[in-house]
Amino acid sequence: MRKVAIIGTGMTKVDKHWRKSLKELFGEAGIAALNQTGSPAIDCLIVGNMCASDLSDQNNIGALLADYLGFVPNTAYRVEAACGSGGAAFLAAYSAVASGMYDVVMTGGVEKLTDGVGGNTTLSLGKAADAEYELFYGSSFVSLNAMIMRYYMDHYGVPREAFADFAVLMHRNGSRNPFAQLPFEIKRETVLNSDMISDPITLFDCAPVGDGAAALILCPLEDAKKYSDDFVEVAGISGATDTINIASRESLLSFRSTVTAADRAYRMAHISPADIDVAEIHDTFTITGVLSLEDLGFCERGKFHKMMMNGAFEPGGVVAVNPSGGLKSRGHPVGATGAYQIAELFLQLTGRAGKMQVPDASIGLAQNIGGSGSSTYVTVLRRV
Amino acid sequence: MSVPRYWREIPRRTRLETVKCSECGTVAYPPRARCGKCGSSNFENYRLPEKGRLVTFTIVRNPPKGFEKMPPYIIGVVRLEDGTIITSQLTDVEPEDVSVGMEVEAAFRKVVEDGDSGIIQYAIKFRPVVK
Repeated sequence: MRKVAIIGTGMTKVDKHWRKSLKELFGEAGIAALNQTGSPAIDCLIVGNMCASDLSDQNNIGALLADYLGFVPNTAYRVEAACGSGGAAFLAAYSAVASGMYDVVMTGGVEKLTDGVGGNTTLSLGKAADAEYELFYGSSFVSLNAMIMRYYMDHYGVPREAFADFAVLMHRNGSRNPFAQLPFEIKRETVLNSDMISDPITLFDCAPVGDGAAALILCPLEDAKKYSDDFVEVAGISGATDTINIASRESLLSFRSTVTAADRAYRMAHISPADIDVAEIHDTFTITGVLSLEDLGFCERGKFHKMMMNGAFEPGGVVAVNPSGGLKSRGHPVGATGAYQIAELFLQLTGRAGKMQVPDASIGLAQNIGGSGSSTYVTVLRRV
Repeated sequence: MSVPRYWREIPRRTRLETVKCSECGTVAYPPRARCGKCGSSNFENYRLPEKGRLVTFTIVRNPPKGFEKMPPYIIGVVRLEDGTIITSQLTDVEPEDVSVGMEVEAAFRKVVEDGDSGIIQYAIKFRPVVK
């Protein structure tokens, strides 16, 4: 297996991009990444996307984007793993370069959620769950996570306010991110008083609905200098699964897919959670963020609130968590989110994260979940 | 919902019929091709118990397409008497009267109607046990 480097990235702001289509969004991110790397020939494009067939009436995203970006006749395909599509596409791209099959690969993700009308977007996002045994009964994606949150609160005796404080921290971080969809600070009351979506989850526990695209270019580590002065090494990577139906799990208090993927990625990178300087974790809902902190080994189970209020998840603490604002504030263009996380870490590890910069960041972790924990992709990046 | 797609799931969703691993005894709901515990692909038919306790629940206020007229409705996770855990709706109860740990039992109910001329979808929901 060859060592793999990321040599360039591009992102659009996450937003309601009414004037831009699916391909225009990815085109913008792709061109930005190409411009950073001297516009190398792309041997293969592997892109993550979840909802295009439902909301844009479009499948065959690989060919669509290869055509739009002028990569024809080279290889191109789409990877789908619900909200984990970006992370899954990155794993496929990593494997493609590491194996020697392709030299220069563009990966990333794109999502165009605002083309969905009415309940179509809620329905489309819900398809991350089990269609016959969860969605059939009228479960939405939010409602499944709401049941996990209630179970967590009952089990550990953690008050609802503790989750609101997680959202407050994410918004404080995101207020410094020029690519964030919701770049403003909020108060605990903002979360507590926002509309109830599915008890106990309120609107401000949820990541917003938005459009966006992020692109990344990978090549063998030994060739990276040919394309760019700024590059990072992919030091560890893994993907793992859990049952698609949350009721079939051994526990609702942990995502086994995250624990497994993280453990494998840590071993591959020869590190432990304590070695990580900056992490972009998957906080679709505040509860998802909290479970992720625990599953990744950043805090003891049920004890996140005190640690968080003491600054453990900010620069200078245990690990700087979501300096981008996370899904909560940066936004969650579902199939692109995993690519945003890795692109943001690239900026951190190359010292170009501006106001979001975590001082001396040298090891970063991205954790991208598909469904309510039914699949997780964990990537560890190292400054070279 | 196409008729065959609805029809295929009738044994599970309306009669709680599923399978149990013939090698290690693990109940699979819904059925699997291979046992997640021991890897065996030998299963025997098994009927789930109709009573259990509520593990967790939520009240849906922002429904997916097809359920627009229903909110607020309750989705719950129920641990049946044999330990099998199942997701469904709660019925015959107001949201404010639901609590974790309450005893529930299976009840055959309508889930949704496919417009004016489509099929009417039924399934087992759970209702509080009245003593």
